[in-house]
Amino acid sequence: MAVTSSAPAAVGVKNRENGVQKVRTTDPVKNRWYKPKSIVARIVLWVVLVGFAILFMYPFAWLLAASLKPRGQVFDNALIPDTVLFSNYLEVWDQLPLISWMFNSIAIAFLAAGAVAISSSVVAFGFAYFKFPGRNLLFGLVLATMMLPGAVTLIPQYLIWKQIGLLGTWVPLWGMNLFGSAFYIFLQRQFFLGLPRELFEAARIDGCTYWGMFRRIAMPLSIPSFIIVFIFELQASWNNLQAALIYLNAGSVEDFTAPLGIAYAMTKYSPSAGGQGDYQYVMVASLVITLPMLLIFAFGQRFFIEGIATQGRKG
Amino acid sequence: MTTDAIRDAAPLASHPGKKKGGAGKPRQKVKYNRREAIAGYMFIAPWIIGFMVFTFGAMIFSLYISFSNYRLVTNTATPAGVANYAELFDDPKVMVSLSNTLFYATLAVPLEIAFALVLAMLLNRVGRGAGFFRTVYYLPKMTPSVATAAVFLLLLNGNTGAINEGLALIGIQGPQWLVDPDWVKPSIVLMTLWGVSGTMIIFLAALKNVPRDLYEVASLDGAGPVRQFRTITIPMISGAIFFNVIVLTIAALQTFDQAYLLFWRDQSNASPESSLFYAVYLYIQAFRQFNFGVAAAMAWLLFMIIMIITFVQVKFGNRFVYYEGDKD
Repeated sequence: MAVTSSAPAAVGVKNRENGVQKVRTTDPVKNRWYKPKSIVARIVLWVVLVGFAILFMYPFAWLLAASLKPRGQVFDNALIPDTVLFSNYLEVWDQLPLISWMFNSIAIAFLAAGAVAISSSVVAFGFAYFKFPGRNLLFGLVLATMMLPGAVTLIPQYLIWKQIGLLGTWVPLWGMNLFGSAFYIFLQRQFFLGLPRELFEAARIDGCTYWGMFRRIAMPLSIPSFIIVFIFELQASWNNLQAALIYLNAGSVEDFTAPLGIAYAMTKYSPSAGGQGDYQYVMVASLVITLPMLLIFAFGQRFFIEGIATQGRKG
Repeated sequence: MTTDAIRDAAPLASHPGKKKGGAGKPRQKVKYNRREAIAGYMFIAPWIIGFMVFTFGAMIFSLYISFSNYRLVTNTATPAGVANYAELFDDPKVMVSLSNTLFYATLAVPLEIAFALVLAMLLNRVGRGAGFFRTVYYLPKMTPSVATAAVFLLLLNGNTGAINEGLALIGIQGPQWLVDPDWVKPSIVLMTLWGVSGTMIIFLAALKNVPRDLYEVASLDGAGPVRQFRTITIPMISGAIFFNVIVLTIAALQTFDQAYLLFWRDQSNASPESSLFYAVYLYIQAFRQFNFGVAAAMAWLLFMIIMIITFVQVKFGNRFVYYEGDKD
């Protein structure tokens, strides 16, 4: 996938220090987009784009509508409910311990994101700046771990946490993030490689320690990639169902995370499991846990797009 | 993927302006600064510790468990030889879940690639408003899988669901998506396609990198849109296609959330067997039935399968991927 490396280096870094990177010479403005020449083609393009937009948005509209409906009408597919029940949004907090689920999820997500962003940054700086025997081999190993399916280490990790006596706590859901994570290390390293080495040499001459170089120069300069890592992991943690299932499912319902809680609610209200089909509460809860992600995306859109585009370039 | 990545791992200023030399070139002896080397190890120490315990150590442990009879209650493991691996072939559900998963991946990956590419090409052709559409197309990706499942569970309902209602409008009698064994996997594909925008963004970034002059020259030479797509677009973004195929395949083979949430949430086991995905059955074996030995063996089989498939894809893909670097 060397073709990908001809793209401008990740995260706003224009050019790699060592000149390995080939810089494209095409005029970027001219190359940005080109609209279809004929007016008919342009209309067709817009119709198709709007059509897909409606398809993508429909489930959100449906969810919003369903969350406002009384019990019997959740299934009626009307985008404007016959009866609008705002009370669903008040009752849901009594019906489900949604407030504790949200609190647990938020706390775990911030712990997970903070831990992995800091640790990956430290490790990435180690790989980017220092020369030591076996570095390329070790970095290859970092990348190789991305290939390993999570299932292989699932059971041993469970047994490790069990042995330490941390089952049922939050720790298994974020603790491993203290040791860095392959893709984030890769991403942060790419960023550090884009920083001019002279910056560090100068600091070195002025008597800066290695840690000081990281803390005072590399960290502040890498805030954009730090944010990318942070919000990526925030989303991943927020979304993480399987770990919650494994580590928290045996505990009390209040200790669930939001995804686990909603999975539980889906079963609780399902008529086949003895529920009364109060799916409107599931819909409210689903909407409530989706909103924070939509907000994060609204504010951090460019970080997401950059982060994902970088993924494609990782070659 | 990995070898290129390693090649790409050229460290700061250590290969001044030159790629690694050919095979015959003698390796230069690099002099390391002791203090610097020690500091480097200190910086990467968190990863090394995590790797030794939670990855490498865990892999060894997992291998050991897969060859033993592990009892959770007593926390003891007695040697079991290859019994757990034999069980994989004795238990019909293992093979059913494996073939379900392979079938799903075969169906999902090409559709994801095609759909994401279509969306990216559309976005690439629109000027003003591209940002708006990109945001709209991306929002499903931000939705937690559990919320997606809760909504699609009702949208896909065979009798009252909106999807069949929509199909009825154009005169199609929709299937019983979640009940009919033949339609279970297409249901999950549909959910996956709704969240395909991550792949789309990667394609979009690749498309933006295709020099526009290539198309201009081609159209002067009389190449139509289809020809241009086949001879310019596809080769120029082959790297991104290759990357997406590999990543999506690995993800598809590990599909868990959707299948679990739609079909295996409760323990009634009433769902059609065609909805049993490998990762779901592995979870059931490990954390509902506590057959850790069998589950560990299942994990290693999955690892082997992923390795083989990825290896084949890399071997096969390298012949089609256009590497710009090769010209130099």
